Amino acid sequence: MPDLIEKNAPAQAVASAEPKPEKPRSLGLDAWHDLRKRPVFIISAALIVLLIAFAIAPSLFTSVDPRAGDLRLHYLTKPNYLHFFQADWFGYDGQGRSIYARMIYGARASVVVGICVTAGVTVLGGLAGMIAGYYGGWVDTIISRVTDMFFGIPLLLGALVVLNAFTTRTVWSVVFALVALGWTQMTRVMRGSVITVKQADYVTAARALGAGTARIMFKHILPNAIAPVIVVATIALGGYIATEATLSFLGIGLQDPTISWGIDINSAQKVIRTAPFALFFPAGMLSVTVLAFIMLGDAVRDALDPKLR
Amino acid sequence: MGRFVARRLLQMIPVFLGTVTIIFFMTRMLPGDPAAAMWGDKAADPAQLAAFKHRMGLDVSIGRQYLNYMGDLLTGNFGETMAGRKVIDVIGEALPVTVRLALLAFVFELVVGVTIGLFSGLRRGKAFDKSALVLTLLLISIPVPVLGFIFQNVFAIQLKWITPTVQDSMNLGQLILPAVVLGSISLAYVARLTRTSIAENLKADYMRTAVAKGLPRRKVIGTHLLRNSMIPVVTFLGTDLGALMGGAIVTEGIFNVKGVGNALYHAINLNEGATVSGFVVVLVLVYLAASLIVDLLYAVLDPRIRYA
Amino acid sequence: MTTALEKTTAAKDRLVPGTPLLEVRDLHVEFKTRDGVAKAVNGVNYSVAAGETLAVLGESGSGKSVTAQTIMGILDMPPGRVTAGEILFRGQDMLKMSNEQRRKIRGRKIAMIFQDALSSLNPVLSVGYQLGEMFRVHEGASRKEAKAKAIELMDRVRIPAAAQRVNDFPHQFSGGMRQRIMIAMALALEPDLIIADEPTTALDVTVQAQVMDLLAELQAEYHMGLILITHDLGVVADVADKIAVMYAGRIVETAPVHELYARPAHPYTKGLLRSIPRLDQKGEELYAIKGLPPNLYKVPAGCAFNPRCDVATDLCRTEIPALHQVTDRDGAELAGRKSACHLWKETLHG
Repeated sequence: MPDLIEKNAPAQAVASAEPKPEKPRSLGLDAWHDLRKRPVFIISAALIVLLIAFAIAPSLFTSVDPRAGDLRLHYLTKPNYLHFFQADWFGYDGQGRSIYARMIYGARASVVVGICVTAGVTVLGGLAGMIAGYYGGWVDTIISRVTDMFFGIPLLLGALVVLNAFTTRTVWSVVFALVALGWTQMTRVMRGSVITVKQADYVTAARALGAGTARIMFKHILPNAIAPVIVVATIALGGYIATEATLSFLGIGLQDPTISWGIDINSAQKVIRTAPFALFFPAGMLSVTVLAFIMLGDAVRDALDPKLR
Repeated sequence: MGRFVARRLLQMIPVFLGTVTIIFFMTRMLPGDPAAAMWGDKAADPAQLAAFKHRMGLDVSIGRQYLNYMGDLLTGNFGETMAGRKVIDVIGEALPVTVRLALLAFVFELVVGVTIGLFSGLRRGKAFDKSALVLTLLLISIPVPVLGFIFQNVFAIQLKWITPTVQDSMNLGQLILPAVVLGSISLAYVARLTRTSIAENLKADYMRTAVAKGLPRRKVIGTHLLRNSMIPVVTFLGTDLGALMGGAIVTEGIFNVKGVGNALYHAINLNEGATVSGFVVVLVLVYLAASLIVDLLYAVLDPRIRYA
Repeated sequence: MTTALEKTTAAKDRLVPGTPLLEVRDLHVEFKTRDGVAKAVNGVNYSVAAGETLAVLGESGSGKSVTAQTIMGILDMPPGRVTAGEILFRGQDMLKMSNEQRRKIRGRKIAMIFQDALSSLNPVLSVGYQLGEMFRVHEGASRKEAKAKAIELMDRVRIPAAAQRVNDFPHQFSGGMRQRIMIAMALALEPDLIIADEPTTALDVTVQAQVMDLLAELQAEYHMGLILITHDLGVVADVADKIAVMYAGRIVETAPVHELYARPAHPYTKGLLRSIPRLDQKGEELYAIKGLPPNLYKVPAGCAFNPRCDVATDLCRTEIPALHQVTDRDGAELAGRKSACHLWKETLHG
């Protein structure tokens, strides 16, 4: 117990050194303070940090080459669950490749697709939504109708068609397909948000003071309109990862030599009776990843949603 | 109501034309040659390639191709499979299976999702609500293929309640398991949306009125609360149909249900690009029609929309 | 058949002498929230007889609506909690009844009219359905019968073209018409008592009078008891028989309506009357009671009104005043007049 109190003491000192309450905190800062106290956020953030570490430096976690197959070691060699961090920890797949190593290396594709698609749709869709909401009139009409048309194409179905056109598919083709089809979701959110903010008095005031269009848009409207977009984007991130895995599973997403959990799930399905572990580990990893991002999205929404404040 | 339907139908025409235009240009304008893609990694024989291009109408200008393509669509020609069958015929055969599967999934996700959401919303913060939140979070996080294999493994391989794959695709009993997998994707969203909506509407003034009228509890909840709380859920179902279609490809593939999704799954695996596009266009059409139905349902539920 | 029987028993009940229709005795209600315990109602007593109109007057937070909701049995529990008291309806304590017994009283014997008809009517059900529901639930009427009765009711509250509008939805009516529908709903089963919670506050001034007149007229016609809850002294003058003024969960003064207007016996009532704008006061500054309504989490010691009172003494700051019987200068009791002020004599006669 005394130990605990000792540890808490500096934290309290930091807390008292914080800016005085009369100094207004921005919504972002406020949300951050709120987030730090949520266990859901802490757990998901820790998982995500670990996943990003897997993605950046997989060799730190395994010394085994995930692409090196030794056919003598195929999936009939049972995993040895006591061989922590070793090649046979979770057994071998059909081509004798270490399932553990592939689990670690598979994080890269998922994380890159998730983050890049989210960034892409947020920038592209957000910009379109901001222009539509800010200018209104015929600009809004055109953007909104185009948005409607894209909404007529379910994400997975559309991605099938787009990816079909690529002879060789890399992470970037998947990112391209998902951004090209997914940006309209953010456009709708941003447009609605901008229209609400645009009518606020401080925007009128800024305009009256002679602020230019770009200044009003990025300095006055964007910071106040971005919260719902961030919420939707964080929640969507997990969904994009799941979509990539599904596409790869269907055989139209990523291809060898890219390592993707979706591909591994697909190849493991043939041996589901004899070697369920070959399916279990990539599938579990994928689910935990999606779970982490969706939990993060949940926490961010609770922290940012003005309705709950 | 008639005017509302007519207006929605008219609005759908440009959306459909725009949607297929987007699909067309996405497949033709991309880097890479759709015809060459047919040969996969192997280099194509130039003569064969030219013949193929001619047969598929790819040897004319892009504008011309677009006009031909739209003309084909409007006359109901959605292309052919490599085996020479018309896409529309293949879909016509497989559609009844998929419709059954989708309806089963829909009923499952609605009934179970709304029930969970209703009890969660009524008992917010209690043990049931908390476990429902965790359960739905897990369900949202598990991608369809994974969920499919979990179900297949548990119910077919471990418990042996059913055969791992569907033997007779028109048999409703055999379709239950795939339908549960398919419905589970959106079940969690339906449950969560219902929960929020119920909790919000519980505080509404008209609920107080309903109690003050002396209505029994089941009528207060069944007629007044549930009816209002279903409005956002129905809106969600409209956008969710797309996810259901995507999910159907995976689910039908895993359980070998002989539906549209399965045909599409095979077309992908056989690398039949044109067939895939043809299928998708038809599915988009089905999707738009289905979302129109949901839209109408929405108007039935909410008179404020109907008479707006 | 049932209705005829109900009516005879109801008529018989009315003949029992000396029993008021509704009597609230020493009612205490509190709310337990994160911020503490809010004492919303602290020993309220009032009664209404058949054919009588009681106006309950008070600011928001005075406990007037909470009392009404407790009578109706529509208080949210938790966080609300009745800690003491009785609510006697025809001599029977409703707080001791089962949920089912209370439900059968709601709507049929005691009905309520709410402030905002737009939000109080269900937006997705037609007004005909919502009116007809009363007959279907309480009398087992068929769909068709219920609809016919709904039209009849709409006619009775003078909604034009009732038969054509019966299938319309609340948002298709004007504010005044919607409030008429609320009134029709309350009247549907000819209850013994109607509680109207700020029935005209949400309406335009011109419509207010029409709706109020309609309510008063129907009340007289059916010989119902009426509890009219309002913060607006102007509304009650013409329709009420007696007034109970509430402050911080207590009744501070009761009086027959005209006597209260003429000679208030509580400084709070006096302040309220002085703060009504009048034409003959043109040019003068309008009086306003100083200070803020009391914080229910921390009601002041002594008389709850003392921090805002112009005449408060040390006694007022320490001792809660009882509800005194008010007398005239000669010491003769004034019927129905009570005041919870230590200085009621000075206030009334001074």
